[in-house]
Amino acid sequence: MSTTAEKPASPNSGPTAGGAQRGTAHASPATAGRTRKKSRKVRRLSRRDKIVLGIMVGLPTLIQLLFVWLPTLASIGLSFTRWNGLDLADIKSAGTENYEFISQNYPPFWPAMQHNVLWLAFLALIATPLGLLLAVLLDQKIRGSKIYQSIFFTPVMLSLALIGIIWQLFYNRDSGLLNFLLGTAGTPQAVDWFGDSNVNIWAAMIAATWRHAGYVMILYLAGLKGVDPALREAASIDGANAVQTFFRVVFPAMRPVNIVIVVITIIESLRAFDIVYVINRGTNGLELLSALVIQNLIGEGQVIGVGSALAVVLLVISLVPIVFYLIRTFGKEKEA
Amino acid sequence: MAVNLGPFQAAEGAGPGRRTFLKTLGIGAVAASGIPLLSACTGGSGPAPGASSKSLTFGSGSSDEVPRAAYKAVTDAFTKKSGFDVVTNVVPHNDFQNKINSYLQGSPDESFTWFAGYRMQYYAEKGLLAPVDDVWEKIGGNFSDAIKKASTGPDGKMYLVPNYNYPWGFFYRKSFWAEKGYSVPATFDELTTLAAKMKADGIIPIGFADKDGWPAMGTFDYINMRLNGYQFHIDLTAHKESWDQKKVSDVFDTWKALLPFQDPAALGQTWQDAAKALEAKKTGMYLLGSFVTQQFTDPAVLADIDFFPFPEIAMEGTDAVEAPIDGLLLSKKGGENQAARDYLAFMGTPEGQDAYAAVDTSNIATAKGADTSKYSALNKKCADTIANAKYISQFLDRDALPAMANNVMIPALQSFIKDGSVDVKNLEAQAKSLYAAQ
Repeated sequence: MSTTAEKPASPNSGPTAGGAQRGTAHASPATAGRTRKKSRKVRRLSRRDKIVLGIMVGLPTLIQLLFVWLPTLASIGLSFTRWNGLDLADIKSAGTENYEFISQNYPPFWPAMQHNVLWLAFLALIATPLGLLLAVLLDQKIRGSKIYQSIFFTPVMLSLALIGIIWQLFYNRDSGLLNFLLGTAGTPQAVDWFGDSNVNIWAAMIAATWRHAGYVMILYLAGLKGVDPALREAASIDGANAVQTFFRVVFPAMRPVNIVIVVITIIESLRAFDIVYVINRGTNGLELLSALVIQNLIGEGQVIGVGSALAVVLLVISLVPIVFYLIRTFGKEKEA
Repeated sequence: MAVNLGPFQAAEGAGPGRRTFLKTLGIGAVAASGIPLLSACTGGSGPAPGASSKSLTFGSGSSDEVPRAAYKAVTDAFTKKSGFDVVTNVVPHNDFQNKINSYLQGSPDESFTWFAGYRMQYYAEKGLLAPVDDVWEKIGGNFSDAIKKASTGPDGKMYLVPNYNYPWGFFYRKSFWAEKGYSVPATFDELTTLAAKMKADGIIPIGFADKDGWPAMGTFDYINMRLNGYQFHIDLTAHKESWDQKKVSDVFDTWKALLPFQDPAALGQTWQDAAKALEAKKTGMYLLGSFVTQQFTDPAVLADIDFFPFPEIAMEGTDAVEAPIDGLLLSKKGGENQAARDYLAFMGTPEGQDAYAAVDTSNIATAKGADTSKYSALNKKCADTIANAKYISQFLDRDALPAMANNVMIPALQSFIKDGSVDVKNLEAQAKSLYAAQ
């Protein structure tokens, strides 16, 4: 503000603009004085304030360091080593061997990458729009809206084991609901939804949609409630129909929610794990990066170097949407 | 178990919950670095060594109903005999196996259930187990040489006290075969002929389930041993032999002849599903361990089940049998507790094994002199098969490096089942890298 005030009005700007700038120039010394006074006040912190602030800043930082940065850095470090996970003295440097191994010799790696991309496309093109649709429908003042909301949100709250059982009931080859409805249950034509590697990824993604749509729905419901009703009113006065009102006015007005949803969708597709893990631990057509990380890091088949390298690959991919999100957020703050 | 917890044990009892929680947290954080850190935290809280200890802890991965009750019978019998209390911690068996690394490095129970083979030798070599040569001095006479060999660590010391084993073979329903006029095949050719006949009769000849990934290893092991011999199996799983050689591709080529007769739904079902299909006479026979009989709860069906060894293919007849041995180990800390040693010794006596077998009848006791009077005809046949075998193999995932079995062979076998193709060059490339990492 002060810079504009010091500059004289540019020659090509109109008289009104110049006047306005002069106006601010007059006001600025007073404002500056006020802020200076304020900042002096802030600096006078008591001992107690400092301790409280120190704890409030220090503790989260410490937790962040201990549980996020330390493991991340250790993981990157370990991805360049060979280690059996038993004795620290057994750690041996391996250069980029682990990365060569996963990209050249590890058959599940590339299918896992493809599946993660497919997963992202499916969530972005089907699950998220479905969640938006549910939110818009439930935002109309229909009867029992709260009940529907609860029903659609329930999958988000269910535990992993329960989800496995529920979908088993749908997809089971001999006694599942789906094959029963198709009339193929118990016949050789019955589709083996979880066992056939041509279809099981789709079956798993539908199960994931069932969860993801509920999640997106709740976020959009909150977003829709936050849209100023005056906007809709203005749009309808201008003669926009319901579809136009939604896509031209309401949807752009929910920009902050939209960004959150984009990021959530990308992250959900990268950390997709639980559903494939309950089906068959991420093998036979259901390979996902996260499942491979678990397979290689935890359990008897532990190969820490390879598992860490896979985790680093996942981390690098995840950084893309996170950086995108941060740029958008901080970019907006600068604008404001 | 009704055990009076003293203040010390009570604190011990509270421990695992918190520790498990911490470990889970560590696992949740993507990096493996959590593991050494956490093991450092928990390292000090183990049971204090006390020679005069009147109790011991026992970690059991036998979480299924029948084996769980069977181990309870053993601990009860031990408590009755010795006056020592046994505090049993039962962990679901998949979790138990998956967490064995952190379990052994954290504060393991003094004695715990485990397997023979590479899976035991590996941890023995890393110094995480206590040798039990003194126990074997007492119980050595109860076991055959093959079993003694399987219980020995890489340093020549004894580590495992075997409880039972179970043979792998083809199980079938006698009445069904009699009705259809099938007879037991002695050679691989006879097996394929029989299977073709069954297929023509509209039944799935060979039950098969590989959703969990490991059951298919049984078929691989048997074809491998029948084609190339027991020693090759051991050398291959120890990676002294290369996977990229004709002998290995021959195994897959031979298997290809059998593949059309195995249940095409294999990848979507578990062994329990396949056992039900055998019971329902949808499949003609099923290659699995004798634990399959746990699924046949109807005594009439159980009495109708018979078994034959995997038929002869090329070199060694049917000398080798796949009969994985389950037993007990002492953790490093458990080695300091005489009560835990006594408990292992008890498990190595016919008396201890009888207590187990009285409840879990699907397995074969390993100790000589164990009560066989209650054995069913099937159990007797299983026991004879093991007793007459020259070589006892432990199963691919027990004889090989776990990472090789779980991370490499499971996907490879599943894709072989899917389309009959396998890349042995890639198997060797992966094996090389994984065995070098240990």
